[in-house]
Amino acid sequence: MNSASSLKFLYAAYIATWTIHVLYIGSLVRRYSRLRQRKKELDRARSR
Amino acid sequence: MKRVFPILAVLTALLLGYAFYQAMWVAPTDALQGDVYRIIYYHVPSAWTAFLLFFINFIASVQYLANAKPSTKRAAKWIVIAIGVVGAVVPFIPQVQQQLPTGMYPSSVATTFLIIAGLYFLVGRYFPGQSLDVLAVTTAEVGVVFCTIVLITGPIWARPVWGIWWAPGDIRLTSTLVLWLIYVSYLVLRRFSDSAQTQKLAAVLAVFGALDVPLVYFSIWFFRTQHPQPVIGGGGSMDPRMLHVLLISWMAFLCFAFLVCWSRYGLEKLRREVEEAEALESLLEPADPSERTSKGRVPLSRGPQ
Repeated sequence: MNSASSLKFLYAAYIATWTIHVLYIGSLVRRYSRLRQRKKELDRARSR
Repeated sequence: MKRVFPILAVLTALLLGYAFYQAMWVAPTDALQGDVYRIIYYHVPSAWTAFLLFFINFIASVQYLANAKPSTKRAAKWIVIAIGVVGAVVPFIPQVQQQLPTGMYPSSVATTFLIIAGLYFLVGRYFPGQSLDVLAVTTAEVGVVFCTIVLITGPIWARPVWGIWWAPGDIRLTSTLVLWLIYVSYLVLRRFSDSAQTQKLAAVLAVFGALDVPLVYFSIWFFRTQHPQPVIGGGGSMDPRMLHVLLISWMAFLCFAFLVCWSRYGLEKLRREVEEAEALESLLEPADPSERTSKGRVPLSRGPQ
């Protein structure tokens, strides 16, 4: 098997893995910040 | 606990870096496949991590259902003890030993059953009440992420080695895809169902969905498949240096999965807190808008799901 072409698949697999993880962590961070914001709104509304 | 998280995150990043270095430069090149085989160091640990997470989801779901009544909780406890004891003893009976596939040791079967029973009680102890449901949704979601990686890296590896992206009809590949679909439907159910029974329905789906995990895992032991034999036992063989790197990589991915689960668990708790606060707010909010203004209460927009 051609080593250069097989390396292309190896890099593709590693990049795909980390892309999925980064996207998922990004979605967690986004959801966290939205919920924190919402909680602040609720706390403010309750304190009035 | 909040101070521990960054320290663990740094340690995990270092371990992942070390595992990457080992996988790319220290592990020997495969004589047949060349360097492309190194995909194994991401593909297999991701699969094992996904199986473990789905298994924890199964245990949490069983406990959530069993805890509905004290009598079922007691019965489930004794059933698990019985499974643990029988599973630890039966594999050593000579007639049963003969039925085990090549490479499957009685001690490993017994250990697996003891771990299953131990995990059941551990989960029950540290995740009481609604925490079980939070744990179930956490492990299902993170498990789906890892299973997605398995389904993407598998075909990328298959293309240069088998000459095809996917082997239609292959039981290992098909059952993995079915497993992924089951857990995606589990998450869709939880996301879009408004019923008060959603948690119970999701738990039932998880219990039946988990039945696919042993089918996926043991399919390559009992059926002839395009997919290679297991890397540990089951007639497969692996260079000890490769196995060493594979285990380091799995440890790194386990630590990473633990941290992601920790974050997702906190997120789910926060989401429920916000939901409860919103429900309380809507109860306190007066129906008449003019009264609302006089009391100075601010109408709240619909919050994130």
